[in-house]
Amino acid sequence: MYKYDDYDRNLVLERVKQFRGQTDRFFSGELAEDEYLALRLQNGLYVQRLAPMLRVAIPYGMLSSVQLRRLADLSRTYDKGYVHFTTRQNVQFNWPEIKDVPDMLQSLSEVEMHAIQTSGNCIRNTTTDQFAGVINDEIIDPRPYCELIRQWSTFHPEFAYLPRKFKIAVNACPTEDRAAIKVHDIGLEIIKNEQGETGFRVFVGGGLGRTPLLGSAINEFLAEQDLLTYLEAVIRVYNQHGRRDNKYKARIKILVKALTPEVFAQKVEDEWQHIKESPAKLTNEEIDRVKGFFDAPDYKTISSTPSFEEQKASNKAFANWVNRNTNHHKVQGYSIVTLTLKKTGVPPGDVSDDKLELIADLADQYSFGEVRVAHDQNIVLANVKQDDLFDVWKKAQPAGFATPNLNMLTDIICCPGGDFCALANAKSIPIAEQIQTRFDNLDYLYDLGEIELNISGCMNACGHHHIGNIGILGVDKKGLEFYQVSLGGCSGKDASVGKILGPSFAREQMADIIEKIINVYVENRTDEELFLDTYRRIGMTPFKERVYAKAH
Amino acid sequence: MPKLIKDHQIIEDNWLIIDADFEGDLPEQNAIVPLNYWTQNRESLASRKNVGVWLDSHEEPAPLSADLKSLPVVAINFPKFADGRGYSYARLLRERFNYDGEIRAIGDVLQDQLFYMKRCGFNAFSIRADRDIEQALNGLSDFSNSYQAGCDNPIPQFRRR
Ligand code: SF4
Repeated sequence: MYKYDDYDRNLVLERVKQFRGQTDRFFSGELAEDEYLALRLQNGLYVQRLAPMLRVAIPYGMLSSVQLRRLADLSRTYDKGYVHFTTRQNVQFNWPEIKDVPDMLQSLSEVEMHAIQTSGNCIRNTTTDQFAGVINDEIIDPRPYCELIRQWSTFHPEFAYLPRKFKIAVNACPTEDRAAIKVHDIGLEIIKNEQGETGFRVFVGGGLGRTPLLGSAINEFLAEQDLLTYLEAVIRVYNQHGRRDNKYKARIKILVKALTPEVFAQKVEDEWQHIKESPAKLTNEEIDRVKGFFDAPDYKTISSTPSFEEQKASNKAFANWVNRNTNHHKVQGYSIVTLTLKKTGVPPGDVSDDKLELIADLADQYSFGEVRVAHDQNIVLANVKQDDLFDVWKKAQPAGFATPNLNMLTDIICCPGGDFCALANAKSIPIAEQIQTRFDNLDYLYDLGEIELNISGCMNACGHHHIGNIGILGVDKKGLEFYQVSLGGCSGKDASVGKILGPSFAREQMADIIEKIINVYVENRTDEELFLDTYRRIGMTPFKERVYAKAH
Repeated sequence: MPKLIKDHQIIEDNWLIIDADFEGDLPEQNAIVPLNYWTQNRESLASRKNVGVWLDSHEEPAPLSADLKSLPVVAINFPKFADGRGYSYARLLRERFNYDGEIRAIGDVLQDQLFYMKRCGFNAFSIRADRDIEQALNGLSDFSNSYQAGCDNPIPQFRRR
């Protein structure tokens, strides 16, 4: 994991000092509300429906046990004893007081954390695959590149007041895209060219929200040394030409679409030619230096795992969990464990202080003191010895982290919605609960196979409803909360944006509606088909007919 | 006379900013004129050594590139501080067009933007009139170091390790 040096530490401390000053000036009346707003947003501080909300960055999802314990501490001291993990590898405090935020930031800085650029119209936290560095089929570990981008984008002087927020994601896995790079402002796919050199295929202009679009490839091979200058060229073009008159048309996707990807690419190319060979070009030494922080931990050589095999054979529930919630590790004798934060009755992504500490203990004892936060709001222990899996499973169970529903229908991605968020049209958490309660039979869930269900409380799409196989969007109908359903979204390699099923539904109908949709799938599927495959084959009509059929 | 921060000092500002819709003859004193006015009166103004140009936030600097040698000052307007186009314009003036005269930030200019502005090539700041300019000066030194290359230091931090 990346470790701060004096430069990094000093910068974060100076930021805390600066923000403390700004907060003082706000309370003394010198800074007007809207002036403070722009400044606090660049420090992740929103004012929500019920209270301020502080969003803290977890760069590309990596957290140490020390950091987890600090989050637990802060949630006890300044909040209601829990935190919320978001879909973009960040963590949120939902109830801090504005006056306490400088102290919270100070405390976070002691464990190398910050809230810099977690909101506002600037370059946000760069995200990547939660399995980075531990899976077999990745081209190369993407995290060093994320860290290089993190440093370059932190306090970038030219890009602090972009037309709109700006999100970058990196994927290095040729078979899967867990980072959903095609729905980001810039998506970077790590590839090798014929000479075996590392580089990037660059996608721009993807995004969700009101106008969901998939990114277009504007560069088929960008050499790794050119990464930062090229990003600079892309964002410089956007900063000057992106729309600023309408916030719903201000994302880069609208500019790319208006110009066409070809013209946009040409503008970037023209700009880039001027800066490509400038001192801002990355050096091989720097790339190697940063890679050094992500060297493999001290794996043991394990040739056989007899107790693991024995436990699997004798305990069906354990075997189920291993099947569902662990992934293949590149090192023999190790597994990747996903702790699911999706127990029915707990809002997706919420974790209480004692459970944060439990996760920290598990990380220390079984996974080199590190965890990763995943895009689907789960937590990953990336390096667990298979002979330890049974212990981990036992300890995770009472906390509700071992529900073996990873990627199942009830592993729902869900934004905070109307319970917490000022922008919401409708609540989202009760919908998740309703569905989780209806589908509580694990055998049935396994039989259904992988289905991604995502819920957003409004058009801002923080719950990524467009790219759920089933998407649910809260809408406002004359002051009442309704829900629109879409089908066929997908965030993976063959990403697609879901299509709307039809008129929206009242809250209490939702579990019934989802059940009807699932039934259509079950009746129509062939042996190997997942929900998405069946939908793609039979299309929308059978679903529509069933859901909107007149009652007899 | 209004004050200005220039090259880290507070000085008297003896330049007059001419309104966007100004027509007619320019007064004799030092004046910073809108781009439009400059383009229309280029010949007569160029001989005066005390005329600068200001760009509004939607006016890119490229059309000025041929005139820059003779311009003592280019000002960039921030109609509101959330409009960040001017940061790119200043950088282009310095790095692309090699302009070495004064680049001045005008409009909604507050303490908290100064550090970034300085890094993008601004060396003069006309702080909003309702703010304490002495205090605003502190904004120039919010941070002691930066990761990226900028006009204040073209060498990024990773080449300085
Ligand atoms: S999708 Fe809407 S309701 Fe949900 S968190 Fe985002 S802004 Fe709030």
